[in-house]
Amino acid sequence: MNALSLMTSCLTLGSTDPHPNVTPSVLYGLGWLYLILFAMNSVWTWRSFHRGRHFRLPKFMGGMEMPNAVVWAMYSMALLLVSVTHLTCASVPEALRWFVMPDGAKAAIDFAVADARRYFAVTTFGFIGMLLLRNWLAKPSVGWVLLNLSLLFLCVSLTDWDFRQIVGKPDNVPIVAMLFIVGFFTWLFFYRANENDRRAALGKGPIEAENNEKVLTWPDLVYTEMICMIAVTALLILWGIALQAPLEEPASAVKTPNPSKAPWYFLGLQEMLVYYDPWLAGVVFPSVILGGMMAIPYIDFNKLGNGYYTFNERKFAITTFMFGFLPLWVGMIILGTFLRGPNWNVFGIYEFWDVHKLEALNNVNLSEYFWYGLGQPLPMAPAGSDFWTQAPYILLREFVGFVAIGVYLGVLPMVMAMTVFKKFFLRMGFLRFMVFSNLVLMMAALPLKMVLRWAVNLKYFVAIPEWFFNV
Amino acid sequence: MSVGDYIRDSQIWKSIFRHPAPYDRRNRVVVMLTNFFLHLHPVSIKQQGIALSYTWCMGGITFFLFLVETITGVLLMFYYRPTLEWAFNDILALRDVTTLGIMREIHRWGAHAMVITVWLHMYRVFLTGSYKPPREFNWVVGVILLKLTLLLSFTGYLLPWDQLAIWAITVGSNMARATPVLGHEGPGFQFLNLGGYDLITNASDARFLLLGSRFVGEETLNRFYILHCVAIPLAVSGLIAIHFWRVRKDGGISQPL
Repeated sequence: MNALSLMTSCLTLGSTDPHPNVTPSVLYGLGWLYLILFAMNSVWTWRSFHRGRHFRLPKFMGGMEMPNAVVWAMYSMALLLVSVTHLTCASVPEALRWFVMPDGAKAAIDFAVADARRYFAVTTFGFIGMLLLRNWLAKPSVGWVLLNLSLLFLCVSLTDWDFRQIVGKPDNVPIVAMLFIVGFFTWLFFYRANENDRRAALGKGPIEAENNEKVLTWPDLVYTEMICMIAVTALLILWGIALQAPLEEPASAVKTPNPSKAPWYFLGLQEMLVYYDPWLAGVVFPSVILGGMMAIPYIDFNKLGNGYYTFNERKFAITTFMFGFLPLWVGMIILGTFLRGPNWNVFGIYEFWDVHKLEALNNVNLSEYFWYGLGQPLPMAPAGSDFWTQAPYILLREFVGFVAIGVYLGVLPMVMAMTVFKKFFLRMGFLRFMVFSNLVLMMAALPLKMVLRWAVNLKYFVAIPEWFFNV
Repeated sequence: MSVGDYIRDSQIWKSIFRHPAPYDRRNRVVVMLTNFFLHLHPVSIKQQGIALSYTWCMGGITFFLFLVETITGVLLMFYYRPTLEWAFNDILALRDVTTLGIMREIHRWGAHAMVITVWLHMYRVFLTGSYKPPREFNWVVGVILLKLTLLLSFTGYLLPWDQLAIWAITVGSNMARATPVLGHEGPGFQFLNLGGYDLITNASDARFLLLGSRFVGEETLNRFYILHCVAIPLAVSGLIAIHFWRVRKDGGISQPL
């Protein structure tokens, strides 16, 4: 069914469609969103006008000098018109059919995200692209355009019923907000870091060290704090009025919801369960993450970048940490919250959560690859034998996996010490380097297993369900 | 004499605020030294260190949200009873009929916000390299506080006793039964046995310790209620005190060395 006929059916026939993409109230709400966008861009136009930057029109358009503000003013006016149209024509959705996400775009976006491997590839390449283009992305005007694009994307996506179901859930609203907030602060970091890096290239100290006289805490700091407290209180009260805290049916131990999700901030850990067993994903890895974070100050021997923003002076540390925080932590929360649906299948953001969606899972253990590859059956103890008789058979069956893990966590660090991380090794000493390399390798264990799962359907490196020991 | 002057000249006012209002430089110094709440701060501070685009104010907002959660939480405790009979109904009443039931909304959204701001605080501290010497140990305290913030949020998630609550806690706590050695479905639990009898069973393992039961039930509700309202807030308060103390002792607000 195309969007237009859907709209007409739900409006003229009185909501016969149980999942209407656009309803008058949605369009009316969008009108307000566009109005906010208009207000934001009006302020930006004013800023642009006062900065007085110009650009030159192309030859065929006359080749005149034009102030940048003209473009922003035209864009703002367009937003105002869109907003007024939404507010006044909310009951005539046919008039607004240009402001919905086209079906082709929906299909393309769903194709990119409705699959764990493509989603991970998109976020990882996005992350690498962000690092490479950091000088360009950190320009205020580029950041502003990106903010506008993401908000427009949100606006047109909200005309989709399925999108509204996942984004509009009260508990998911803070996650949507978090995306914008994390994006903004990442941008702010690069903005300040680039400035300091440029200064460093000219032999100047960081901006933080300049004009750094001491000022009295009263009033300079306490007033800022007071304003912050009032703003946060106001925000919480408005948020509390606008959005009711979720309350579902009374608890029932016999009605299992599908999907069953942990609280949103643990969904990165729950996502790991797809690739590792609970003892690793739920117990060992979280402990390693915490221990590893505590170990950071004792591992990082780089004395530069203490107390000011910089990227160039701490490339490795910042890249590693950001990779852990953005694609692996926040990225996996997004995957778990917005894309994981019934039966823990991955769905597109515009896709209906169909309980009957089927995904084939034929994963193979490393031991099976090894023994069947040799043309032999898996070593198996005689039926009914006791623990001590079984143990050698099990260890023999899984020895390839143990060797693989030993090489990964024991030999690979040595190789790293002699090659890529030679300088690190010399600065850190043996013990510290082993801790460092093992932490990095464990962090890489998740993407590694993902890639192996997708490439060769690898289930476990070591599979000993008899002892609950699967890696 | 204006009313304001009359009040500020009274014995009561002077007994509370031991010096004139902070209008001049001297009293702006004195106020920081004599006021209990303000003495967390130094008297003077580096200008760039308190620039908003430098600090992002996320640590301060996290602390403020902790206070908001404490105040709204205490108010909610006056109303809410952590029993199977009443838990859900009390929340329902908070939503539908109770005056100032919005405290629950503020408490819940404040909790989400606190999780986000504590991450951003960590993000900023990392990106400015503020964990480097001499602040290594305070970073460690901060990581523990971050973990406790998540646990506070996690234990509070159960209290409304709706479907969202028990299944999120069920999914989250199922991990514990796979704890190595101490979980009854974890690797190595067989090592803890006496004369062939397993010491680690589903009624004695790490998950049982967490839930007080073999499944999420009334004992769990009680246990999470105490953790959420008493045990973890106490630990957090103590660690916050240390965290703030060490900010002052480890060189003050982070700045280029």
